[in-house]
Amino acid sequence: MTITVNGINKRFGKYQALNNVSLDIPEGKLTALLGPSGSGKTTLLRIIAGLESADSGRINFAGQDVTGLHVRDRNIGFVFQHYALFRHMSVAQNIAFGLESLPRKQRPSRAEIHKRVTELLEMIQLPHLAKRYPAQLSGGQKQRVALARAIATRPQILLLDEPFGALDAKVRKDLRRWLRNLHDEFHFTSIFVTHDQEEALELSDQVVVMSQGNVEQVNEPTELYARPDSRFVFDFLGQVNVLPGEVQRGRLSQGKAWVTVPGSRHQGSAQLYLRPHEVRLANEPGQYAHLPLRIESVSLIGSEVRIELSPVGWQSNSPDNIWEVGISHAEFNQQRPARGDLRYAVPEVGHLFNDNDSQPTTINWAEAASAPLVRLIN
Amino acid sequence: MSTASQTGAATPQRRLRQNRSKRVLPGFGLSLGISLLFISLILLLPLTGLVMEVSAMSFNEFWFVVTDPRVVASYKVTVLAALAASAFNGAFGLLLAWVLVRYEFPGKRLIDAMVDLPFALPTAVAGITLATLFAANGWYGQWLSKVGIEIAFTPVGIVVAMAFTSLPFVVRTVQPVLEELAPEDEEAAVSLGASDGHVFRRVIFPALWPALLTGVALSFTRSLGEFGAVIFIAGNMPYVSEVTSLMIFIRLQEFDYAAASAIASVVLLVSLVMLFAITLWQARHLKRIEGR
Amino acid sequence: MHSNPSPQHRRVGDSPVIKWLLIGIAIAITVGLLIIPLLVIFLEALGAGWGTLADNLLDQYTLHAIGLTLFVAALTVPLNLAFGTALAWLVTRFRFPGRKLLITLIDIPFAVSPVVAGLLYLLLYGRNGWVGSWLADQDMQLMFSWPGIVMVTVFVTCPFVARELIPLMQQQGSEEEEAGVVLGASGLRVFRTITLPNIKWALVYGVVLTNARAVGEFGAVSVVSGNIRGQTNTLPLHVELLYQDYNIVGAFASASLLAGIAVLTLVAKGLVEWRQARALNRLQTEETA
Repeated sequence: MTITVNGINKRFGKYQALNNVSLDIPEGKLTALLGPSGSGKTTLLRIIAGLESADSGRINFAGQDVTGLHVRDRNIGFVFQHYALFRHMSVAQNIAFGLESLPRKQRPSRAEIHKRVTELLEMIQLPHLAKRYPAQLSGGQKQRVALARAIATRPQILLLDEPFGALDAKVRKDLRRWLRNLHDEFHFTSIFVTHDQEEALELSDQVVVMSQGNVEQVNEPTELYARPDSRFVFDFLGQVNVLPGEVQRGRLSQGKAWVTVPGSRHQGSAQLYLRPHEVRLANEPGQYAHLPLRIESVSLIGSEVRIELSPVGWQSNSPDNIWEVGISHAEFNQQRPARGDLRYAVPEVGHLFNDNDSQPTTINWAEAASAPLVRLIN
Repeated sequence: MSTASQTGAATPQRRLRQNRSKRVLPGFGLSLGISLLFISLILLLPLTGLVMEVSAMSFNEFWFVVTDPRVVASYKVTVLAALAASAFNGAFGLLLAWVLVRYEFPGKRLIDAMVDLPFALPTAVAGITLATLFAANGWYGQWLSKVGIEIAFTPVGIVVAMAFTSLPFVVRTVQPVLEELAPEDEEAAVSLGASDGHVFRRVIFPALWPALLTGVALSFTRSLGEFGAVIFIAGNMPYVSEVTSLMIFIRLQEFDYAAASAIASVVLLVSLVMLFAITLWQARHLKRIEGR
Repeated sequence: MHSNPSPQHRRVGDSPVIKWLLIGIAIAITVGLLIIPLLVIFLEALGAGWGTLADNLLDQYTLHAIGLTLFVAALTVPLNLAFGTALAWLVTRFRFPGRKLLITLIDIPFAVSPVVAGLLYLLLYGRNGWVGSWLADQDMQLMFSWPGIVMVTVFVTCPFVARELIPLMQQQGSEEEEAGVVLGASGLRVFRTITLPNIKWALVYGVVLTNARAVGEFGAVSVVSGNIRGQTNTLPLHVELLYQDYNIVGAFASASLLAGIAVLTLVAKGLVEWRQARALNRLQTEETA
């Protein structure tokens, strides 16, 4: 069942929570609504569910207008952020609630409900906890019960509000994998809200990045990470190293730092954005860049060695004036970088935001390597 | 919201209803209807009778009635006694709350339960009981009269009755705040070498006083209107130990409805001002226990 | 309180001298101001022996007062139960303009002197009031008869149920009810199977408080009742009448019934709090386990 969101506006008093939001959610896919708090993502999810009503705009399910339809009649599964399990009902009673609420004609028999609840309990691997009460469950168990309860009536749409927000890191990872499998098995059209970029990129088929009531960008996770459309998406998705400066005659410079920007005709202020993995560290400045940095710390934990550096003779406007570069353990063992060492950053791929442009131009120094040579000769 | 006309066959197996009310949860109309009907009929409509009665009086008549020396004397008695009673409750209510939250001792649960007795006990019963206890031949009165203290049938008796009926207010507003106080602040202060008295003044009291003031104000408001408990022990001597509630009652028994209404309108105005002041105060300082 | 098991004194007022001094004062206040008065009621009632107590209680007028009092409470409690529940649902489950004002208005009966409350009703529904004079034309009299007593009692006790429910329902939030609606439950089913089990103890306590006040209301009722023995005399008014007649033992006999209800109210409160604390405890111990 596809979901179409068309021109949704929502205000809370003076605060514009959603600003003319339009969106297509493809059938059978897992879509993430990603954004910082206050971006309107939860409000949008609640409007799609029918728990909140929009001031204007329409919601379609599979081409049918459901804008005026009560949440009770939309036949969706919804998982609340804090689970909202019925605290005075056992796990089995919680899961059975939706089936028992069906109109009499569609309601399965008592035996059938029992059978269905047993199946669901097995699916969430908690058959031994059927008689427990929510207060007696761990966070991860509550989450799974909430999911089972939401899908008991076999809805075609599953909506999840910060599904893993309240869980610790390990449980989170297990549940993520489990939700992915569940989704692949049942092929709901699913939407989940999250503020965790890693979660969004890892779990979803499509990511909708939101900020201040607007949709910033919609794309597949890999594309989104490789080609952010705006400064906001760039900043929000992972660590970024920034060189702000002035462009003059194909060179961006600030203080002692400069980088050639082949192909740019812009003159004036600009910012170069670089992901940690788009930068190499060298002992000498490269041909196209002069970015002196001093190593502040080296972190060996993880699959990559993370090095934090501070600019020497120039300023970055990233938080704490720090650049971050990731190198492999093999490289680390070769080079043995240590705190206090001076290094030069050598960019391979970068994204240049001119002055007031919201979209960047991507610069690939490796590919451009042959062209500037010609120009240098000229 | 403009409702869709073409919602048609979205999910034909389910009953389709237009989302007329925008509200997700049911019962907005019903609960609003019941609440408004009840509040209008029970709370607001009766006010119209008083307004009409008072507006039928000229200002001079009104002024004459509400500034009658005997009535003015009753204002003084009522306000002074209520102030004394709420000051007593401010001090001892705080002490009771402190003891109930901070210490463990045998009989604590009984004391905690007994604190609510004044709310549960009918005021007339409280009145005759206190009058009996403090009368010259009563359990307390016979000892007090030996040292020359008279309580029953004097203004002090009024203070006793008011203090009794409004005792729970301070305890029950201070108790939850005291329970929520983080031990770390105190521990930090004590570990820095501050004395207990100093920590109480500088760390604990600043956190408590908004609740304490609310409790005292509630106690004061209740005392201003107290009737049942007071009249049995007050002696009700004109100019000396008559409270304003009793003045209204006396005017009613004289079938002087206009005078009763005029005095009542003064009392009512003061109580409503107190109520709104306390509500605003709570909204500012006690967001967490809204509704208490 | 529980976080620091060290035996040294760490918190303010933990030194034994101060601690036991304060506890001593607290016990003295409670015994002197609350426990002894409560005991005195029962002792005075028994002052002339069990036989006299029985005679006093079985007196024709006393029996009538008991009956009228129970009748008034039986009408008042369901009315205020319905109103209090509706109001609490309204102000905790919906946002709308005027919501805060409603929460304040409901406190009016707590702030208004009972005598003034009685007067308000007398002015409106009495013979001279604009509603009362119309009713008199229809040959209906509300004041100085039982309907008037019920009306002022409803006024005086109407905040109790709402006041118990509002903080609890606010704290519980409406997510569970929303979850019920998403799962397709009807409004009635949501209220009956989700809301009611969560608020039942607060509801019970609200009813107990309403009942205690309805049974014991004195000031407002004495204004509108007319104190006709055997007709419009409620138990608290009966206590007053006997006391003014210098029938002290008789007055305390009736008073002891009212004090008994007060004690039951305190016991009910203790039970409700104990149940809630137990539920909370279970929740906490199992979460840490």
